[in-house]
Amino acid sequence: MSGLFNAFVDMFDTATIASIVAGASALLFATMGETISEKAGVINLSVDGSMMLAALAGFVVAFETDTVWLGFPAAAAVGVAVALLIAFANIKLSLNQVAVGFVLFALCTELSRFLGNGYVGRPPVGVPAWGIPGLKSIPFLGPVMFDHNVVVYLAYLTVIATYLFMYRTRRGLELQGIGERPEAAHSRGIAVNKMRYLYTALGGALIGIGGAAFSLDVKLGWADRPTRNLGWIVLAIVIFGGWHPLRAAFGVLLFGALQAYAIKLVPEFPSLSQVLPSIPFPAMILVLVIVNWKALLKWLDRYPFLRAILRSDPPTAIGTRFEIN
Amino acid sequence: MTWTRLSNVLLPATVVFVSVVTLLLLAGTNPWDPLRVIVEGSIGWPPFEEGSARKVGDTFMLWVPIALASAGLIVTFNAGMWNIGIEGQIIMGAIAAAWVAREVSAPRPLLVFLTILAGAVGGMLWGLLVGLLRTAGGVNEIFGGLGLDFVALSLTTYLIIGPWARSGVASTSGTDPFPDEALLPSLANSKLSLLAVGITVLALVGVWILFRGTLYGLRLKAVGRNRPSSFLLGIPTNRYLLGAFMICGALAGIAGTSQATGFHFKLIPAISGGFGFLAILVVLLARFRPIWVVPISFFFAMVAVGSPGLSLRLDLHGSLGGVLQGVLVLSAMLGLGWAAYLARRRLIAGGTSST
Repeated sequence: MSGLFNAFVDMFDTATIASIVAGASALLFATMGETISEKAGVINLSVDGSMMLAALAGFVVAFETDTVWLGFPAAAAVGVAVALLIAFANIKLSLNQVAVGFVLFALCTELSRFLGNGYVGRPPVGVPAWGIPGLKSIPFLGPVMFDHNVVVYLAYLTVIATYLFMYRTRRGLELQGIGERPEAAHSRGIAVNKMRYLYTALGGALIGIGGAAFSLDVKLGWADRPTRNLGWIVLAIVIFGGWHPLRAAFGVLLFGALQAYAIKLVPEFPSLSQVLPSIPFPAMILVLVIVNWKALLKWLDRYPFLRAILRSDPPTAIGTRFEIN
Repeated sequence: MTWTRLSNVLLPATVVFVSVVTLLLLAGTNPWDPLRVIVEGSIGWPPFEEGSARKVGDTFMLWVPIALASAGLIVTFNAGMWNIGIEGQIIMGAIAAAWVAREVSAPRPLLVFLTILAGAVGGMLWGLLVGLLRTAGGVNEIFGGLGLDFVALSLTTYLIIGPWARSGVASTSGTDPFPDEALLPSLANSKLSLLAVGITVLALVGVWILFRGTLYGLRLKAVGRNRPSSFLLGIPTNRYLLGAFMICGALAGIAGTSQATGFHFKLIPAISGGFGFLAILVVLLARFRPIWVVPISFFFAMVAVGSPGLSLRLDLHGSLGGVLQGVLVLSAMLGLGWAAYLARRRLIAGGTSST
């Protein structure tokens, strides 16, 4: 038991928290992307596959050109292509978003294995570390937040920008409109389907950048299915976050903390060394289950403040098509 | 009219053909070679020739779990549910069957029956859990199912390196082999078990009858099409959803049994073989019709058995098989969607010109 406790105390030392923050960049980009896409009404279920294929594209381009920054646009392009395919299949061909998304998940995963086979174990290319001068010497906050690299800082900015855009701008209000009440948005003169293409593509780009952030920053290089299951966690975090960027960002950090904690426990329970690293995945989904539990939400209704923090209502028109009659 | 009907088939078929050939050309091989290797490696060339009994047996024994899982998924899809938890249901079936195989000693026919029963119950309970999370908890079945997949996967790994570790060294390569009495009876020189094949055929026929000739199936479909209306018409929708998950879970559990006692003969970490997810692709391609599940899942089983030969014979990575399956399903979906789109446009154009 003391092992459990010690590992828990260890969680709060500066280096561990800094590593959780540094490792969160890939998931932060991808969850913001998926949140934007779902907010507009399009579920991109392919994340687990498209993120992986984008991670490969990012690594390959960075490796071949020896320029790490070129990996990011390449990865974004892969994410955009997959996202646009889902939007097209749904809007134009009236196919089910979830079905197309699932097939693309399977296809992209296998494609990443097939195309990436020759790149397994190649020397990694990584984003150079760069602490922000001045800010990085603030006690505690400095090493935790401002002593990483540009990708991590961009991930923070993406979260803040997504939040400000969604809740503080007119365009953001329109984005919510096309996901909540597409008919109403249409009657206010918003081109619903055009906007859905746009936001799904934007979401796909961020998912792709998340993939590149993984292979070029979080865990360098290429191995068989490196981002396995992270995409599903992204989808879970979006729900956990109640389609709110800041709450989703909190979910990402929570998942990172669970992962760090599970790894810290390995020396205490050597017999579970194979099982512990995979525990955060079911744990995260269990958290999601609890947050969604109807009975709990009913109880929470009596406490509006808690309800406001914990509620998780999907955009009304999520997963549906919009057709002009 | 004939042209319309023809184009509904030809257009998707052309799209599929062109995309598969393009893919193989891009992979740097002539399109014929990989297909030949897959056919040769799975059923032999010429098909079913003498001496290919082992390969054919393997192919059939992978057809069994894929087709069983597909049969189950047809039920949940008709109920309007995305049972992504099917992987976990297969795994729990395998674990339950492995438990019986390890702990119970009985004469062979009884023991085999008990392993199959245990597999069905294990999968059914795991499916029921997804259903309960959905109906009682309001948790979307995709995520409840996915979470339970992860739990089942962790449980397998834990059992294999923990309580059921192989005598001597604990390793992730699997448990000790099951005793012979617990294994599915098979033909000589191959893993082919007529019992497993028979159960699979029965399951497919059963699902076909369920939606063709029973009130239960009709109501299940109604629940899938429009839950609020079905509820208002007096159908206990939640009970029907749970029923669908239990049927699917039971079939997936038997698939897991077949994987454990009919193919690997022990419990291994990747016991499901990913066939649950593969079955989702099969059912999407078969457009939820049991009859089409038979050839499609057989082809997918051939790809699964024959793909490893790609790296040996053609120096192509074995995942090409998976890419092929993905391209096939995606292009078929897009092709069919496109044909339907053109048909709709013709309808609209025809409507306006006649008025």
